[in-house]
Amino acid sequence: MEEVEVNLEAQFEEKVAKDIRIEPKDWMPDAYRKTLIRQISQHAHSEIVGMLPEGNWITRAPSLKRKAILLAKVQDEAGHGLYLYSAAETLGASRDQMIADLHSGKAKYSSIFNYPTLSWADIGAIGWLVDGAAIMNQVPLCRTSYGPYARAMVRVCKEESFHQRQGFEIMMTLCNGAPEQKKMAQEAFNRWWWPTLMMFGPKDEESPNTEQSMRWRIKRFTNDELRQRFVDMMVPQAEFLGLTVPDKDLTWNEAKNGYDYGQIDWDEFWSVVKGNGPCNKQRIQTRVKADQEGAWVREAALAHAEKRAQREQQKVA
Amino acid sequence: MMHNHENAPHLHEQHFNTPVQDYAPEVKQLVLEYTLQLADTSFILGHRLSEWCGHGPVLEQDMALSNIALDLIGETRSLYQYAAELEGKGRTEDDMAYLRDTVEYKNPLLVEQPNGDFGDTIMRQFIFDSFHFFFLKELQNSTDHRLAAIAEKSLKESSYHIKWSSEWVIRLGDGTEESRKRIEKAIDNLWPFSGELFMMTATEKKLLEHGVIPDYSQIKNSWDAHVAKVFQEATLAVPQNVWMQSGGKEGRHTEHLGFVLTELQYLQRTYPGLEW
Ligand SMILES: [Fe+2]
Ligand SMILES: [Fe+2]
Ligand SMILES: [Fe+2]
Repeated sequence: MEEVEVNLEAQFEEKVAKDIRIEPKDWMPDAYRKTLIRQISQHAHSEIVGMLPEGNWITRAPSLKRKAILLAKVQDEAGHGLYLYSAAETLGASRDQMIADLHSGKAKYSSIFNYPTLSWADIGAIGWLVDGAAIMNQVPLCRTSYGPYARAMVRVCKEESFHQRQGFEIMMTLCNGAPEQKKMAQEAFNRWWWPTLMMFGPKDEESPNTEQSMRWRIKRFTNDELRQRFVDMMVPQAEFLGLTVPDKDLTWNEAKNGYDYGQIDWDEFWSVVKGNGPCNKQRIQTRVKADQEGAWVREAALAHAEKRAQREQQKVA
Repeated sequence: MMHNHENAPHLHEQHFNTPVQDYAPEVKQLVLEYTLQLADTSFILGHRLSEWCGHGPVLEQDMALSNIALDLIGETRSLYQYAAELEGKGRTEDDMAYLRDTVEYKNPLLVEQPNGDFGDTIMRQFIFDSFHFFFLKELQNSTDHRLAAIAEKSLKESSYHIKWSSEWVIRLGDGTEESRKRIEKAIDNLWPFSGELFMMTATEKKLLEHGVIPDYSQIKNSWDAHVAKVFQEATLAVPQNVWMQSGGKEGRHTEHLGFVLTELQYLQRTYPGLEW
């Protein structure tokens, strides 16, 4: 028995090393399964909670076209949540349980969504920066070792890049617009820049799960590597828009062929993770409210389906 | 009922090239007023549905509500664009949506009613879809080429909407005791706004004569038949002798519309004349 286990483990390791995808029916170590369920469900929750800050502006979008684009975008995020919950279900997790864990605070979601959207420019900034950071994090996940997760990410990434382009376009329009609009854009940029850098997670030396996840090829790059790439990509875009990066320590480092950037406020990061961000309470309360107010609808759909099935059976009999 | 995300309409921007017909000025004015009325109707309902985004009872239905909202906003844009062309004063679709005040809006009262609970939203949608679907079917034959083309495109979407809201009426009516109570309350709340859909304003009567719009009494027959069929399956009773509210199509609205417009017009009103 023990030998079989050892064998399976070796086969698993070999597959991972050879970049052969692990599929739901394949044997996998318990810890691998648990890590994936945690990561995928956390990702799904982020999509769903992420609908709220942007949804906040759907009814106030300034033109018919912007309204349609924003509504379609937020709807896409719901779709991402669905694919990801489905991917987690292939590992034996149930959607109801995952959602219950989100509502109880047991499961986490990306802290970025605990910040408020105060002006229309925040919608541009989120698309440009937050979807941009999501792409940076997620493109490598298209090659992650677990098949259903990798496939979900391929679909998600395609849409995220639309979102980023739309966000950039909003920023561009504002930056080329009236002084009030440009000011709005800069203020939004100031508010979202640092929290976006925090999206890549704690510094490598403080990220306990990174090493194992890299070995299992769930993760392909470390937090700091991705953060650096993001800064290097975004600074020229900010310059193009005519926006000032809110970091007085930002300098080009010829030797590393990248930017050196200032100290991230890790106290703020951990404080938001622990639930003290400006919107943590409201976000969860909103989700819980939607869930509770929808309970009778879900029950009715179930009850009706059962009645139907019964009637069908009676007909057959 | 699981809605496939891949079928979700994205931003199919539709451009209709049919030129504005050679109308006598007074007829053109009527067509303009009427096009605005249709646009206002789709817009306010689409806006109301968009309020649900992120708050739906279950993810799949959250997405379905947004889909319908997107379809209606798409229809709205085609109609406002046509209205702007008919008017010929250089106004845009956004000027029509964002710079007209409550009394200028000509949507029927039904569509501005608040979302309420999911049952209210379903009943409002069902009453509307059952009208919209049969209406568009007829409007395809309009002597106005553009309205006919817009109707043809919207009909495809509307046939999905009417299916969705009808199925939900059946589920909620013939679901649990609670869902039945709630959908009955929704019928009670919203039925008084169903009659206005079929009442013809002076503008509509004249346009009927010109063959631009269909006769609503025939649409009413189709509506009655569809409602009866769905309610029967849902084990619900069709209300009788209800007093019908009206006025929206002539600019006399309920108190809700002012708040809807305040919210949706906020940026355009705060920063006049800017591009977004
Ligand atoms: Fe979509
Ligand atoms: Fe997403
Ligand atoms: Fe996105």
